[in-house]
Amino acid sequence: MISYGQHRFPGKLFIVEGTDGSGKSTQLALLHQWLRSEGHTVFFSEWNSSPLVKDTSRRAKKRRLFTPTTFSLLHATDFADRTERDIIPPLKAGAIVLADRYIYTAFARDVARGCDRAWVREMYRFAVRPTVAFFFRAPLDVAIDRIVSGRPVLKHYEAGMDMGWTDDPEESFTIFQGKILEEYDRMVEEFDLTVIEATRSIEEQQREMRGIVSRHLKELK
Amino acid sequence: MRLHAFYGTALPGIEHDTYSGKLIVIEGTDGVGRSTQIALLRSWLESRGHAVLDTGMTRSVLAGRGIKEAKLGHTLGRLTMQLFYATDFADRLENEMLPALRAGFVVLTDRYIYSAMARALVRGADPNWIRAIYGIALIPDAVFYMRIRSAEELVPRVLQSGRKFDYWESGMDLHQAEDLYDSFIAYQKLMLREFDRMSGEYGFRVIDASRPVRRVAADLRRAVGRLVDSGETAQRTPAVARPTETPPSSPPSEPLAIDAVHRSERAQTSG
Repeated sequence: MISYGQHRFPGKLFIVEGTDGSGKSTQLALLHQWLRSEGHTVFFSEWNSSPLVKDTSRRAKKRRLFTPTTFSLLHATDFADRTERDIIPPLKAGAIVLADRYIYTAFARDVARGCDRAWVREMYRFAVRPTVAFFFRAPLDVAIDRIVSGRPVLKHYEAGMDMGWTDDPEESFTIFQGKILEEYDRMVEEFDLTVIEATRSIEEQQREMRGIVSRHLKELK
Repeated sequence: MRLHAFYGTALPGIEHDTYSGKLIVIEGTDGVGRSTQIALLRSWLESRGHAVLDTGMTRSVLAGRGIKEAKLGHTLGRLTMQLFYATDFADRLENEMLPALRAGFVVLTDRYIYSAMARALVRGADPNWIRAIYGIALIPDAVFYMRIRSAEELVPRVLQSGRKFDYWESGMDLHQAEDLYDSFIAYQKLMLREFDRMSGEYGFRVIDASRPVRRVAADLRRAVGRLVDSGETAQRTPAVARPTETPPSSPPSEPLAIDAVHRSERAQTSG
């Protein structure tokens, strides 16, 4: 088994992370457009998208079967499938892989749910280390406003309602996102995340992102 | 009542809980007769007034169906498979085994983490990685390892049961051989080797499963009866630090016939 940081592939892996509502998916979509228009072979991979795990995950959410541990393990299963199927083969082929959320999402969420920090990190040790991991940092109130105004109902696990902190979904979501943000902040140094201030304009953020990405693409051409 | 003891990282939230039941594991390779023995043991324990929960790999409400479906296709990768099994295990541990143990049940489990780890290891998983994941496992009160002398011995059992050779039980995903039979033998040999390696480390009580069903059943009843009635407890220290020479803790007056055989076999091979 090849561990984090030890893979050597000709391709490049760029990932985006951040709390819900930080604007990271919008930024990644813009980056995707640009890379394609520049003539690169780009493969896009999304969190929670393994066809093998999808049915199990959907059923478990609907019937509320998860504990923090099984939530963590099933997401790791999903991520393993993405790694084996969507991430390693294109990287071997020399393509650019873009991932919306990566292992840091699991580290933040699972630890916010009470899982052991070291246990979760060890479980994901097989992950390919990204070329650049962008962390879109938005203050808690900004992120929460964007989510709550855009969506009428918060989902059970999304709001952290499984933790029983409070009966109010919005309050629960705020507590949960606060804990998640704390974990992200802790990871900036640990995993050398590239912080993008998500309060700036979309255009500014994208310009910065493209600048950083293009520095890693010279060797691809 | 005893505190939960884990192999590694405790499950969140239950580090300080206690339970009064017994966790008994039946391990062994495919076709060795585990489910027959568990059925016999269960009715015997129930006739003696013990409440029994039996569980086994891929039977979880959460992941059982997903694993079975994933195994029908041809896209299940190695890491994905190992983590899917771990999800199944954790769901059964948290939602079946622990509640039953707290309620004073005897929990009989058809395979535990050892089969899952052996499957991962023969597929090249990093031992430290798979052990860390299964660190959430409760250390059982006893692990009975139904051991067979050779992989070839399993073949008539598999065929007679009408199950045929299964793609995964034959390790076809390892691409070691052209056909199911050759692959089955090669794969089960690797599995036997992994089990033998784990045997000392995790304090398996070895049962010679090459003998007739009733003799194996008699051994299991004697050992399980003692465990359940006298409150005999297994060593509750994590296995990691234990030297491999340490034999399973059965009283010298009444050893499991096969422990001795197995130990001398191992002594010969290692000497």
